[in-house]
Amino acid sequence: MLSKYVSELLEKGERMDGRDFLEWREIEILPNVIKKAEGSASVRFGRTHVIAGVKLEISKPFPDNPNEGILIVNAEFPPIASPFFEPGPPDEKAIELARVIDRMIRESKMIESEKLVIGEEKVWGVFVDIHVMNDAGNLMDAAALASVAALLNTKIPKIEEESILRGEYIDKLPVVHKPVMVTLCKIKDKILIDPTNDEEEIIESKISFGIREDNVFCAIQKQGKSIPFNMVKQMIDLALEKSKELRSKLNAN
Amino acid sequence: MNEKVRKIVLPGEFLSFREGRKLGNYVYQEGEKVFSKVIGIPKILENCIDVIPLAGTYFPKIGDRVIGIVKNVEVSGWFVDINSPYLAFLPLSLAVSEYVDIFRVDLSKYYDVEDVIFCRISKVTKDKIVQVTMKDPEAKKLEGGVLMKITPTKVARLIGKGRSMINLLKEKTKCEILPGQNGVVWLKGDNLQKAIQAILMIERESHIYGLTEKIQKFLSGVNEKS
Amino acid sequence: MKKVEVLKDGKRIDGRGPLKMREIDVKLDIISRADGSAKFSFGNTVAIAACYGPRLLLPKHLQEEKGGIIRFRYNMAPFSVDERKSPGPDRRSIELSKVIKEALACSVFLEDFPRATLDVYVEILNADGSTRIASTNAASLAMASAGVPMRDLVCAISVGKIDDTLIVDLNGIEDNNSEADLSFGMLPSKDEVVLLQMDGRLTKEELLKLLDLAKENCLKIYELQKKVLKGKYGVEDVE
Repeated sequence: MLSKYVSELLEKGERMDGRDFLEWREIEILPNVIKKAEGSASVRFGRTHVIAGVKLEISKPFPDNPNEGILIVNAEFPPIASPFFEPGPPDEKAIELARVIDRMIRESKMIESEKLVIGEEKVWGVFVDIHVMNDAGNLMDAAALASVAALLNTKIPKIEEESILRGEYIDKLPVVHKPVMVTLCKIKDKILIDPTNDEEEIIESKISFGIREDNVFCAIQKQGKSIPFNMVKQMIDLALEKSKELRSKLNAN
Repeated sequence: MNEKVRKIVLPGEFLSFREGRKLGNYVYQEGEKVFSKVIGIPKILENCIDVIPLAGTYFPKIGDRVIGIVKNVEVSGWFVDINSPYLAFLPLSLAVSEYVDIFRVDLSKYYDVEDVIFCRISKVTKDKIVQVTMKDPEAKKLEGGVLMKITPTKVARLIGKGRSMINLLKEKTKCEILPGQNGVVWLKGDNLQKAIQAILMIERESHIYGLTEKIQKFLSGVNEKS
Repeated sequence: MKKVEVLKDGKRIDGRGPLKMREIDVKLDIISRADGSAKFSFGNTVAIAACYGPRLLLPKHLQEEKGGIIRFRYNMAPFSVDERKSPGPDRRSIELSKVIKEALACSVFLEDFPRATLDVYVEILNADGSTRIASTNAASLAMASAGVPMRDLVCAISVGKIDDTLIVDLNGIEDNNSEADLSFGMLPSKDEVVLLQMDGRLTKEELLKLLDLAKENCLKIYELQKKVLKGKYGVEDVE
């Protein structure tokens, strides 16, 4: 609704909430918010709110990787979170978000999956479920941060006689990297980060970059309209810069 | 292929600098440069720049005479399929001269579903709401005959300069042939086979020089055989 | 994880050098019912695209007042892969359909056909890596040959990294065994990126090099697309 006003502001180099174009909103990370989950985190970027919960289940390994645990990432955009979300299975946006975050976690080799073997044909399945609670823009970055924060405090439950003793933990999930996702957005010739939902309505395109703490890029996903080749290169530099700020918030917890 | 072909441009291909000229529907401008939007034959003239598409959907234009098929009979008019992403509406006032009491009369008495009409596009709004009219000297209901479709932008080639091509076809095949600018062609007569083949040949080779002679030769074969 | 030797003495499994694309085969008008169609294959990866429209869009509530929409579906035939793929969309196909649709939408003049739809469909008949790339190239050709109004053709290529070598056009085995796999699509005469996905591990320098490599190869594909489209109408030389 406010898109015309937001658009005019952006032309002048201003944002509705007074932020700089490359400034994050207030970010809050609360770990261990879901008692039933083996790991969890609630993350807010301004008014955007996402909860990620991690459940560990005894699973069969993938045939290609018999000596590794498995990772499944899913995202739900429930109707409570936005007037535009409808009940039903995940739509293409939710599927895309989950798959990009999955790739960031998987390719970063964040989880030492060789250590998740339980027995013959039995491994730990790490299920990361992203639950959007309020869509006020930039779900990708918030959901990615929530997922990583949740994995960082995930504990492996005890197994006794083939069944899982939930609530009794033997160890932390073996995690060795901290990737974060930074999404750069384009409006005309301007680049900004962390858009609010009003800003998202007028953004033409965006690229999400999943970056590890050693500055290695693990996942990239472009959405929307075309972006000049040189602007893409500019965004790569900005993503690296901004990833450090985001990771420091993660480390502070 | 040894035949000489006209120059072809592709989407995104640079045509010319605008230099104040009028732009047609199949070109676009970025800065001072004008590019083609479609695959087609460039038309770069002193006062305008456009491209004649070699393929594509029919987009209705005011003044075009088209062949439509009645799709729905409504209370005060009819919806007509004009071979376009947009249905056209034929209002009662532009179809029938006498007074019609719409509460008593079923409009299908004038035009019914599946009726074929030759009408003129009277209005196209910027949102592509289309209105057609039968109040035109050439407008009429088409009884019998068959319909075929060709690429809309090739109708001009089918008609030919000064109606040369269409007259040649009608003369040689002794058929009634009525092309609509929307790419729908109505034919009636005994020698439909050769007429249809000739029309398809024109559609296929519209971009090649020497087409008229080729068609002439093809159609002369008709008369020799019959 | 069993490691397949995909690169040995600078040669890839199929004998190619690192920067060589597979043999490309392109054919237009292979589906007579469609307004435009094309087959595009890289080696054994075969994609068939068909384009219908712009045409009437019903039901009405799907219509967009300001411009047309594109309905795009990427689909893999059940027999196109090693282990039979169940028919119907899976999460990967849904994501790819979105990604490719958005890439093509960067070029189409949607504002020229408000409330109408452009339906573009791609079927993968044989999958040997880079299927989304073959799909994008095939779709671009199908749309251009159907007379869809576009800003430019769309070209795509896959690039990646195996061990420490940068490679072009990943086949199936390389896809599964690479350090990084990057899919890139652009509007060749506008120098604009329309498709970009990567997964793996790349430093910034490697990423920048791969982008340049991708662009260079897209321009080669552009020349081929132009040749094929103009060739349909008997035009031999392409400036």
